[in-house]
Amino acid sequence: MWTLFQIELFKIFRRPRTYIAFAAITALIGMVQLGLKVDGQEYASFVMADFNSSFALEGNLLNGYFVCFIVLQLLLVHVPLLIALIAADMISGEANTGTLRLLMSKPVSRVEFILAKYLASVVYTIMLLVWVALQALFLSMLIFGTDDMFIMKSSYAVLIKSGDVFWRYAGAFCFAALAMTTVAALGFLLSLFAENSIGPIVATMSVIIVSTLLSTMNIPLFNLVKPYLFTTHMITWKEFFDLRVNELNEAIPGSLAYPEKIKTSALILLIHIVVFVGAAAVIFKRKDIVS
Amino acid sequence: MRSFMTFFLLVIAATLQAQDVTVLVAKVKAKLDQVNDYIAEGKMKTDVAFIKAPVGKVKVYFRKPDRFKLQKDGGISILPKGGISINMRSLLTTERFLALDAGTQLLDGQTLRIVKLLPVEENSDVVLTTLYIDEPGLLIKKAISTTKENGTYEMEMQYGNFRQYALPDKVVISFQTKDYKLPKGVTLEFSDGDKPKTEAEKLRNKKGRIEITYASYTINKGIAESVFKQ
Repeated sequence: MWTLFQIELFKIFRRPRTYIAFAAITALIGMVQLGLKVDGQEYASFVMADFNSSFALEGNLLNGYFVCFIVLQLLLVHVPLLIALIAADMISGEANTGTLRLLMSKPVSRVEFILAKYLASVVYTIMLLVWVALQALFLSMLIFGTDDMFIMKSSYAVLIKSGDVFWRYAGAFCFAALAMTTVAALGFLLSLFAENSIGPIVATMSVIIVSTLLSTMNIPLFNLVKPYLFTTHMITWKEFFDLRVNELNEAIPGSLAYPEKIKTSALILLIHIVVFVGAAAVIFKRKDIVS
Repeated sequence: MRSFMTFFLLVIAATLQAQDVTVLVAKVKAKLDQVNDYIAEGKMKTDVAFIKAPVGKVKVYFRKPDRFKLQKDGGISILPKGGISINMRSLLTTERFLALDAGTQLLDGQTLRIVKLLPVEENSDVVLTTLYIDEPGLLIKKAISTTKENGTYEMEMQYGNFRQYALPDKVVISFQTKDYKLPKGVTLEFSDGDKPKTEAEKLRNKKGRIEITYASYTINKGIAESVFKQ
């Protein structure tokens, strides 16, 4: 299993396609950082127009923590598409090149084979997120400095002390890793059903787009299915940036407003991963490999 | 003739009373004028329904006549917008004002003189200031300021160790806030769990409070201009 896993990792990182995602992320984050460095104040005043009519904010509002939050908001909607590029190619790519039948002629259990492939795609996903963290958080901290973090939600604003921010990012990135491995699991499952990579990649993207739309639209009919869609729970990383308040309306540093929401979402994402990977293992075990 | 005399006496009495409160305000101002500058350290609490902010340490700098700066200890500070700079002097910076006696009121077991200040200048942002003055102590205990641009502010002061300089230990500023709402599309929030607000909640949401509790003052030691320019 370990050897299989190493081979799969080698295959992933040997392909030029793998690095498209890293390059795309570098370009996207770089663009956002450049834009905010040049015109950040204007962007901030536009977003905070409503707030600024009643309050005056003083301090380094546009600091590295805030910039990272903006980048993650923008990026974590699109990163699933980059993950699908690799995860949805894991089995179908082998089928396309005709190596799947050859691989299955080796004395390796099919379940082990599937798990090794999935774990390799998980490593790729995590490395992509580490790259996002390096660029969006650490580079932004270098460029924009650090200060308290002021973020605006739809019905309230939250001020988090600078010393209370970093662990929240660690939690948010861990949660994002869980969300993205769910996407990887979906792409991986779909890659079983085709003999070329395009189909599963497009199918994964389509599922994500449709589910995201359903999650976003506030229509009573869709509200019934929303809690079961993984896309609804993928954005729960933002809950790490909400504070609990006491009866005097004082925010409590180091607290989370809705920890149970994070637990529930994490559990639902885990269930999705188990179902997707489990289904992939069962289907692959019974699959008649002809290519 | 008798009614004319009565009216004349009433006018004279009102004028004398107005002069009384003008003298009282001048005395309060003179007490405040003992302080040329100060640096105060304390804690600030922001109590606004749509803001979640922890209690933070603040440093306040003041220098005569109207240089004022509130700095959060290494962080972002949120203050109600407007000309109210959270200090007594800002209430009395307008040299030319008309003081009217509005009687007395019992507040926390103490009888306070109510003085209404009307600025003479046309372009003043403050339309009306009502002061609740502790006459024996020459201290402003409460002030309500109505401004053209930023609505009405209410300030309540509690005095302790620095009452001889008319510097409060605690200042509570209450103010009106506007509704706050951002589209969920902008914030990428998908949940639909927001319940419609009741009228009482809506009303509560429109009131904000900033509470500053001062722990120490450093008075008349001089403050460089660069502090206010940062």
